[in-house]
Amino acid sequence: MKMAKTLYDKIWEMHEVRRDDDGTGLLYIDRHLVHEVTSPQAFEGLEIAQRSLWRKRSILAVPDHNVPTTGLEHGITDPVARLQVDTLNQNCDKYELTEFKMGDVRQGIVHVIGPEQGATLPGMTVVCGDSHTSTHGAFAALAFGIGTSEVEHVMATQCLIQKKSRNMRVTVDGAVADGITAKDIVLHIIGVIGTAGGTGCTIEFTGEAITNLSMEGRMTVCNMTIEAGARAGLIACDQTTLDYIRGRPFSPQDETWDQAVACWSDLHSDPGALFDREVVIDASDIAPQVTWGTSPEMVCSVRQNIPDPAREQDPIKAGGMQTALDYMGLEANMPFDQVIVDKIFIGSCTNSRIEDLRAAAAVIKGRKIADSIKLAMVVPGSGLIKQQAEDEGLDRIFIEAGFEWREPGCSMCLGMNADQLKPGERCASTSNRNFEGRQGQGGRTHLVSPAMAAAAAVEGHFVDVREI
Amino acid sequence: MEKFEKFSGVVAAIDRPNIDTDAIIPKQYLKSIKRSGFGINLFDDWRYLDPGEPGQDHSERRLNPDFVLNRDPCKHAQILLARENFACGSSREHAVWALMDFGIKVVIAPSFADIFYNNSFKNGLLPIALDSGLVDQLFNEFEANEGYLLGIDLEKQVVVDANGIEMEFDLDEFRKYCLLNGFDDIGLTMQYAETIKAFERKYYQNMPWLN
Ligand code: SF4
Repeated sequence: MKMAKTLYDKIWEMHEVRRDDDGTGLLYIDRHLVHEVTSPQAFEGLEIAQRSLWRKRSILAVPDHNVPTTGLEHGITDPVARLQVDTLNQNCDKYELTEFKMGDVRQGIVHVIGPEQGATLPGMTVVCGDSHTSTHGAFAALAFGIGTSEVEHVMATQCLIQKKSRNMRVTVDGAVADGITAKDIVLHIIGVIGTAGGTGCTIEFTGEAITNLSMEGRMTVCNMTIEAGARAGLIACDQTTLDYIRGRPFSPQDETWDQAVACWSDLHSDPGALFDREVVIDASDIAPQVTWGTSPEMVCSVRQNIPDPAREQDPIKAGGMQTALDYMGLEANMPFDQVIVDKIFIGSCTNSRIEDLRAAAAVIKGRKIADSIKLAMVVPGSGLIKQQAEDEGLDRIFIEAGFEWREPGCSMCLGMNADQLKPGERCASTSNRNFEGRQGQGGRTHLVSPAMAAAAAVEGHFVDVREI
Repeated sequence: MEKFEKFSGVVAAIDRPNIDTDAIIPKQYLKSIKRSGFGINLFDDWRYLDPGEPGQDHSERRLNPDFVLNRDPCKHAQILLARENFACGSSREHAVWALMDFGIKVVIAPSFADIFYNNSFKNGLLPIALDSGLVDQLFNEFEANEGYLLGIDLEKQVVVDANGIEMEFDLDEFRKYCLLNGFDDIGLTMQYAETIKAFERKYYQNMPWLN
């Protein structure tokens, strides 16, 4: 009998070039996504060592972290940021790599454009010098973030030196209630297993609530796998995956399509495959989520009150909770509807795809943002998404409600450009990290779904989106 | 990469779990296209009282007197002691570069985030995972002794305290070998260039749509 294998085992085996006795393997990389922040030192390293690029067409490059989201006609005004983007352009020109430059409608956040172009395919290994590369795992691709030294390593050898990680499975059983989104599912999972819960593992997500998700939703879940400590998340390939990929610019065409589909049909864990760790979550337990602290695991249902450190047994944890509450300017036991929000950010590689914009627009439609909101912005994940949203009239809905409709990029997810929180400002954000200072020094980030961010914009405070 | 030699160095401790790479080196400094010069902005938000921007003269900024790396002798620390899930978050290798540029050669914590752990070895920084009980003890010792020192012996895989007590740590053989010899991964992988080419021939024959 054939040994039952996990999806991770299968993809690993397909890509293992060689293995040492101690288990250190050389893993072949299919797709290398590149952006401006983590690549300049890698290109420089190649040059110093006089090494060439092994497989140029595996690379797809795009500037995203530094690009401005307004006034594109002026270019990048920050000289340091401009140098970084110029450096990417020069490197891509020099080595003749595919790059979607600023001004190209295909430009956008690296993890949005890969799938959008069909450059992320099932069974691939996908890497990028960015931790949210885990996003691409939604396509049954083994995708993970790497550091700059590894970026250079992949450029030079098309391989990575890796040891296999452990297998973990998170099953979300049953269907979620109406109004519960992929973001709520993944925030809830992180709340249950913790930000180090998946360390050393690749997490496969299964269960009805996961397979019911669209590709956009699956990408949201896999995107935040890194916030659960795992470098990679995976979801098996099924009809939803194929329907999404078919006909995209980088996807296989004609007879190779059928050949590819036949091969992809094996991209799931075999029945009886063994996992090192299993977590089962009941989908019906999931309510709309809001983070209250400075780590994504500091999350709860919007219907609960802000947790009380006094009720935490572990003194180190209680201390951490109090530090977080102090930073966030929150009191223990406070209800979420008393937490007043200053800014709204709908965007990032977690939630900037067309479905996310539709979900937020559905809540906003015919309403206005609350007077207390200083800035509400929508930053589509790519130029193509922006265009599609405009074709559907979503931009009008946002603008009429008082939102700003911006150009694509990472924007206030990390505030490397001008889009930042000021000290003490509180933001309902659809991004993935609520770390201290992430969105601007002293800024206070609450992670939510697009619909919940839209509801907070309308009410001026957090509220269960199902009740407005 | 330099060879990792046995040494004894000053310890600095930061008593927080889940220290993320955004805290280690804030985003504004990631705009640099160099690998060096990040040390002055290590833990920037905690280290300085006023906000900082790249390109400014950081020696003019107000230091936070309470932050451990601003105090003597910890400002010369070579060993950083921290809590679990150290360096979670972003994959930025700049976090490793900033620690090393400051002078840190070893980080001791109960656990590390995967990407940071991996990045460390590529640059000659040694992350040592010790049992959390031992880490608790080290924190106590650090609090009780000004100018607390620890010795690191990579060959023997031990941390040695002032009383000569040795604490063993686990380490992958391959990583240890690379650190001790200062080997560069790319050079090692290039030895297998023919194996990679042979792999590719078969691979693209089976999966022509990827070619
Ligand atoms: S949107 Fe945010 S998380 Fe995603 S790649 Fe950009 S900065 Fe990173």
